[in-house]
Amino acid sequence: MSEIVGTVGAVEDSGDTMLGLREMELNFGPQHPSTHGVLRIVLKVDGERIVSARPDIGYLHRGTEKLFETETYPMVIPHTDRLDYVAAATNNHAYVLVVEKLLGLEIPKRAQYIRVVLDEMQRVSSHLLWLATAAIDLGAITPFFYTFREREVILDLFEDYCGARLTLNCMRVGGLQEELTPGWIEKLRAFTEDLGSKIDEYEDLLTENRIWKERTIGVGILNTERCIAWGVTGPPLRAAGFKWDVRRAIPYECYPELDFEIPVGKNADTYDRYLVRIAELRQSRRILLQCCDWLTANPTGEIRGKVPRVIKPPVGDAYASVESPKGELGFYLVSSGGNKPYRLRVRPPSFINLQALPEMARGHMVSDLVAIIGTIDIVLGEVDR
Amino acid sequence: MADEKNGAGAPKPPAPAPSAATPAPASKPAPVPTPVANAPAAAAPKAAAPAKPAAPAKAPVPAPVDAMGEPLVAALAAAVPGAVVSAKKMVGQTTVEVAADKLVEACRHLRDAETFTFLVDLTAVDWKARDPRFDVVYWLHSFDRGNERVRLKVGVKDGEACPTVSGVWETANWMEREVFDLFGIAFEGHPDLRRILTWDGFQGHPLRKDFPVEGIDTGAAIYPDRYPEGGGPGPGDKNRKTVS
Repeated sequence: MSEIVGTVGAVEDSGDTMLGLREMELNFGPQHPSTHGVLRIVLKVDGERIVSARPDIGYLHRGTEKLFETETYPMVIPHTDRLDYVAAATNNHAYVLVVEKLLGLEIPKRAQYIRVVLDEMQRVSSHLLWLATAAIDLGAITPFFYTFREREVILDLFEDYCGARLTLNCMRVGGLQEELTPGWIEKLRAFTEDLGSKIDEYEDLLTENRIWKERTIGVGILNTERCIAWGVTGPPLRAAGFKWDVRRAIPYECYPELDFEIPVGKNADTYDRYLVRIAELRQSRRILLQCCDWLTANPTGEIRGKVPRVIKPPVGDAYASVESPKGELGFYLVSSGGNKPYRLRVRPPSFINLQALPEMARGHMVSDLVAIIGTIDIVLGEVDR
Repeated sequence: MADEKNGAGAPKPPAPAPSAATPAPASKPAPVPTPVANAPAAAAPKAAAPAKPAAPAKAPVPAPVDAMGEPLVAALAAAVPGAVVSAKKMVGQTTVEVAADKLVEACRHLRDAETFTFLVDLTAVDWKARDPRFDVVYWLHSFDRGNERVRLKVGVKDGEACPTVSGVWETANWMEREVFDLFGIAFEGHPDLRRILTWDGFQGHPLRKDFPVEGIDTGAAIYPDRYPEGGGPGPGDKNRKTVS
């Protein structure tokens, strides 16, 4: 974080600005509804055009990585829920994967499928939340009501499964804690089959909406080369036309057995990122249906592998990652052989994607900045940790 | 990477016995058991032993094996003489220890000649009692080599600066700022080395092992009778807790 400057202050007299006036320094956030949390951006503006945008983060820093070092391996899982708090399942997943990797554990097939179900439900719910908030930022309130209708069903299913709606704490090293509740798969299948028509409804509202297109096409362009230079992963990278997804590139769990596409865009702008996320909703639906079929055909089975009573990974280090709704979420674990991680680092996709914001925002209007923040899809819990 | 899948798919150097390092997973000439200057490798057999009885017999405990013979490591050692200090492989992930003064050169080589264009992550580990105290860890990715990844490690002494790689991968900018903020490792040549998660004027580096886990009084003077202003529980204070 940096020094606090006045809310609005004149900076320098450059003379040849748009209005022939001075450039202004303007605080955007941290208390601003469209920054999706406590993000502060120090803007330098020429009239209404952004000359530079400097994100200032850390307002939600809770020292999570320090806390990890004081907790035993199973006790870390609830902390991971609170990183990207709208996608707790993928956080749990990335963490248990790295511990399992260092332990050399085998995960039962049924547990793998249930994990993938939870991940994909989480992806749908996260993308729905993104769609709701990104649209509301640009003045479209209706999608909010539509997407929250479906998100509610997913949260109810989560509640039914593990008792929590957001901070799920649903995965364990070696598998899962709980078997699915009776009738859960049927409820999920009914919802998933229905989801296709619901996605059509969102698209009816936005895809050909003239205001939506004018606000998003050509805004916040970040091409493949720049994405890779900034380490940007997830939907922004795919919207630039680069077909890369951790689920396919570095496969984990049962993803190789599942049939799905990696949607890509081509113009690398806010509109394409919207299209990519909508297409990902449809692909997640496809994955969920396949998992429902498999889990119906294999209704019983182990959900937890043979896990030592006290989890003590051997001395060494490992990294494992999953495709979270925001991008590549990874954990780097250094074990000294004890029952607590010696060092556990989170590779937070939101933090790394946010770094590209100044480049995406330069030259745009202040009102476009709202669209650009929305399109990166950050969660400050993960940015600040 | 085919063996990058998960714990189950990882290569199986079976059991931590001294003879175990021999059946290396892939085609590697004469793997030597690794007496690396690193704490992990040195302590490996000791720590794996107690975990053994609890673990099921058929799940082998991963252990590091030497990876100096890997083509990538050999090519790096040939292209940048003196860069590679040691290399080992564990759970299918190769770690190359790099000399600090050759770091930027090695990174440029890996990016340009070996197509590791994507810096996945950059972080540090505090070994407290070891010399050099810190490891700065880089995790590189190549799209062109079939999603191959390699980890670089650089030992950095307390108080010494590590060369910046923000000129090689722009994304290292914030990652290095974070390491600077939380570990107090300076990066030489960094364009904008400021704190990023804590605020300017914050005293201390929270992820160092000797920083108390319950935090420090940062001058709010909540307990003015107990702590001096701007200080926290001092080294001799019974309220000071450290993470070991």
